[in-house]
Amino acid sequence: MKILVELSVNGERFEIATNPHATLLEVLRNQLGLTGAKEACGTGECGSCTVLADGRPILACLALAADYQDCEITTIEGLQAGSTLTPVQESFLEKGAVQCGFCTPGMVLSATALLKKNPAPTLDQIRKALEGNLCRCTGYNKILEAVRAAGEKMSQEASGSSGQ
Amino acid sequence: MTEFRVLNSRAPRVDAAGKATGRAKYADDLTMPGMLYGAILQSPIAHGKILNIDTSKAKKLRGVKAVVTAKEAGLVKYGVSPARYDETLFAHDKVRYVGDEIAAVAAVDLETAQEAVQLIKVDFEELPAVFDMFEAMKEGAPQLHDEYPNNITAEVHQEFGDTEAAFAECDFVMDHTFLNKRQDAAFIEPHACIAVFDLDGKLTLHTATQVPHYVMRTVAMVLGIPVGNVRVVKPYVGGGFGPKAEATPLEMGAALLSRQTLKPVKMVYSREQVFLHSRARHQFYAEMSLGMKNDGTMVALKNKAVLDGGAYTSFGIATVYYSGSLLGGPYKLKAMKYDGYRIYTNKPACGAQRGHGGVAHRAAFEQLLDKTAVKLGMDPIELRLKNIMTTGDVTINELDMSSLGMKECIEAVRNGSDWNNKKGKLPKGKGIGMACGFFVSGAGYPIYRSDTYHSTVVIKMSEDGGIVNVLTGSAEIGQGSDTVVAMIAAETLGVPLECVRVTSGDTDLSMDLGAYSSRQTLMTGHATKEAAEQVKKQIVDVLAHEMNCHPSSIEFRNGKVLFDGGPGDFRHIRTNYVKEHRGWTDPPTDDYLTFKEAARIAYLKLGTLVGTGKYKPPRLGGAYKGAAVGTSPAYGCSAQVVEVTVDMETGQVTVDDMTDAHDCGLAINRTSVEGQMQGSLSMGLGETLFEEVKFDSRGRILNPNLGEYRIPTALDMPNVNCIIVESNEPNGPYGAKEVGEGAIMPTIPAILNAIYDATGVRINELPVTSERLFMALKKKEGV
Repeated sequence: MKILVELSVNGERFEIATNPHATLLEVLRNQLGLTGAKEACGTGECGSCTVLADGRPILACLALAADYQDCEITTIEGLQAGSTLTPVQESFLEKGAVQCGFCTPGMVLSATALLKKNPAPTLDQIRKALEGNLCRCTGYNKILEAVRAAGEKMSQEASGSSGQ
Repeated sequence: MTEFRVLNSRAPRVDAAGKATGRAKYADDLTMPGMLYGAILQSPIAHGKILNIDTSKAKKLRGVKAVVTAKEAGLVKYGVSPARYDETLFAHDKVRYVGDEIAAVAAVDLETAQEAVQLIKVDFEELPAVFDMFEAMKEGAPQLHDEYPNNITAEVHQEFGDTEAAFAECDFVMDHTFLNKRQDAAFIEPHACIAVFDLDGKLTLHTATQVPHYVMRTVAMVLGIPVGNVRVVKPYVGGGFGPKAEATPLEMGAALLSRQTLKPVKMVYSREQVFLHSRARHQFYAEMSLGMKNDGTMVALKNKAVLDGGAYTSFGIATVYYSGSLLGGPYKLKAMKYDGYRIYTNKPACGAQRGHGGVAHRAAFEQLLDKTAVKLGMDPIELRLKNIMTTGDVTINELDMSSLGMKECIEAVRNGSDWNNKKGKLPKGKGIGMACGFFVSGAGYPIYRSDTYHSTVVIKMSEDGGIVNVLTGSAEIGQGSDTVVAMIAAETLGVPLECVRVTSGDTDLSMDLGAYSSRQTLMTGHATKEAAEQVKKQIVDVLAHEMNCHPSSIEFRNGKVLFDGGPGDFRHIRTNYVKEHRGWTDPPTDDYLTFKEAARIAYLKLGTLVGTGKYKPPRLGGAYKGAAVGTSPAYGCSAQVVEVTVDMETGQVTVDDMTDAHDCGLAINRTSVEGQMQGSLSMGLGETLFEEVKFDSRGRILNPNLGEYRIPTALDMPNVNCIIVESNEPNGPYGAKEVGEGAIMPTIPAILNAIYDATGVRINELPVTSERLFMALKKKEGV
C-alpha cells in the first residue's frame, strides 16, 4: 500500500507515491533522480547520504521520507545557484579536498551547515563537525584546509558587503 | 631543470567540480529503461557440500525474470593469476566460506529479487571448517581444495647470495616476529554494475572497477564469448585501493542475467557484501632475522611469511612473492633468503590492497631495524643512512633503482620533524619513531603472460581545433589519473589544461591494464605523451609547409604558436581560418597564431588528427623463479616520522604529528601527490591502531559495517607535513613515478617505533588497541 508524500526539495515541491517505509534517500535517488546523495552503508555510519533538512545535516538513509514533509530539504544538487560554485565547493576544488568524490557531497553539505552556524570555526570544531562523514581517500587534511579557507572566504565576503 | 607550464603545478583536478556538485555519476547512480535488479544468494555456512539446489519457488515468484546457478553459469574456472584459477562464478560442489556465491536472481525490482533469493532452497552437508592459517597447515586439517594439499595455495623459496656464509660473518643477529590482521579496504562506494546484453551477443558492462581491461577478459572467458564482444565502461569510481582490481561475481552475475533476460541488469553489493567479497589485505605472519656487523652494517636477512588467504587465491600468488621481494631494498644486503606460504582458510578471499604484499613485512623489518639501533646505541636514522641505497643501485634480487631519493627523504623528515631535538629527549608517554619504504611504479609484467602493451592512448583533436580529446582505457578511481593524463597531454601539446578533455575507463577506447601496482602515471603517462607528440608533429608539419619554415622552429606554448620564438608572419593562415569560420563568434585577434587555428588548418589538410601512443616496460628483472614480481620500470620511496602520545594509564595511543617525505620523481600535480601521501598515511594509521575484520567461531564476520569496523575519522587524523622529494626518473614520463602506494609502506612501523619510544614496549601484533597496549604495559611492569 503506497502513501502520498509531499516533499520540498531544493525549492521545488513534489508529490510522491511511495511505500510508507521508504527512506528519504530512496525517494531522492530513485524517484526524484537526485543521485548526489550516496548510499555507502545504509546504516547511518558513513555520512555519504547527508542532506540538509532546514539547514541541518541529516542522514537520509535513516530518515523516513514521510517524516520530512514539513522541512525544506537541500541536496548537493540544490546548493549552488546556476553554474557558480559556493565558497565551500570552490575551496574543495582549490585545496584538493576531492579525490574519489563519493563522500564529497555529504562532506560539502556538512561543512556548509557548520559554516552557516559558525563562520570561523577552529580546526577542532571542523573535525568535530565532520566526524560523521567518513573519507577513505584524503586523510581529511585537505578537507579541513578547504573548510577553513571557505570560512575565511565567506567572512571576507560578508564583511566586504556589509562595509559598502 | 625544464620549465613546465602545466606540469608540477597545483591545478585543480579535472573532475573536482563534477564531484563537488553531485553531477559526477557512479555506477549505482545509473539507470536504464526496462532495467532489472539482481540479487545474489550467498552461503550461510563456512564449509559444506551442496547436495541440492531448488530454485522452483523463486522462479514462480511474480516479477522474477531469471534465476541462475552453476547449471546456467557453467564451470569455467577463473581467478586473477592464470596459474591459480580456482573459482567458478557459482559454487557447484561445495561452498568454502560464509558468503560464497551460489545463485543469482533478476527481477523487476530489488525487493522482489531479494525475496526470490530467500526462496531458493539449498541442501548442504556441512563440513568441518578451518579459520586459522596455522591450523589449516597442519596434517589432518579440513581441506578446501583437493588440488592444493595442506591448504597451501602458493609457496615461495628464494635465496640470493649465500645466506649461511653471510650470517657466519655477522657480529650479531636480531630476530623479530610480527602479525597484522585482516584489513578491509573500506572504500566508500560499494561495488555496483549494470550489464547490458544486445541481441547481437555483445555485452556492455558499466561497473565500479579499477581494471576495465581485466574485467573484460574475465567476463568474456567465464561467459564463453569473444573478448572483443565485451565492452567495459567505468563510470566514476568511489575508491578501490586494490579489491576492485579483479572481476567480481557481481559483474559476471549481472552479465549472465542480462544474457538470459536480454534486459539491462543492475546489481549492487550492500556494505556487508563488500566485506564478504573482501579481496582486501591478507593477514600476514612475519618472522625474520637480520645479521649485523657491530659498526651498523646490515649483512643478511632471513624472512619467512605465512599469509591467511581465505577460500580462494585471487591475487595471492603475487602477494606472497611481494612479501619477499619488497625487502630487497632500500638497504644494501649481501644475502637474503625468503620462504613464503599462502594458506587457504574458510573465510572470504584476500587479494591486493594498497602496498600489495609489502606492507606487513615492511612493518616487521623497520621495527627490526629500530630494535637493532637500540642494541647498537645508534640513532635509527643513522643506522638507515649507513646502509641506504642510492640512484643506480640494484638490489640483491635484481630490482633496478633507476632513481632513488631515499637518502633525501630521510634527511627531509629528519629536518621537517625536528628529529634531532626530539629523539631521546621526549618525556615518558611521548614518543617519536621513523621508518622507510619503497614500492613499484607499475608492475613490470601483466597479470597474464603476454607481450601486450600495458597502455595505449588515443588523442583525437576536435575538428575545430579547440579541444584535445584524450581517449584511454585507464581507470580514474579517485587517485587523479584523469588529471595526470590531461596535464601530460596539455604540457606536451603546449595548450592550457582547459583545452583537454579526458574520456577514460572504456575498453573500446584504448588498451590499458588499469589502476593497480601504481602504474598509470608512469605507463599511461608515457602513452599519453607519445600520442600527444604524434598529434603535435602532424600540426607542426602542416604549419612548416604553410609557413615555409623548418619544423624545429615551431613551438606551441600556452595555446599560442611561436615561430623562431616570435609571432612570425602568419597572416595568410589566419585569413584562411577566418574565412572558414565566417559568422563564428571567435574571430581570433591574438598577436600570435593560436593552437586552435593551427590545429584547424592541419585538419583541413589531413582530416581528423589522431595520435596514438603506447607503452610497455623493457624486459626487467632476474631469471630466477618469481623474478617478475617486484620488477618495475621505476621505484618510488618514502620516509616518515611519527609522533605519538600514549596514555600510560589506559594504553590509548594518539598520533600527534606525521612528517612524510616521498620521492615521486617529478610531481605532475603537487596537490594530488600530497593527497596520495595523506590518504596513504591515514589508511596506515587505521590499520595500526584499530582496523581488524573479526570472525566468530563459525566463520561469520562480526563487524561487517563501518560502525564496528573502524576506519579513521576526521578526529583521528593528525596534521601530515608533506614533503615532496623530486628525483628525475629516467624511465618515467617527464621524470615522474609513483606515490599512491609507496607512501603507506613506512606508516605502520613508524607509529610502532614511536609507541616503543614512548613506552619502552615493542608491540608486534596489530591493531594496537588500548587494551593490547595496556596489557603489554602491565606485563612490562611485571603485574
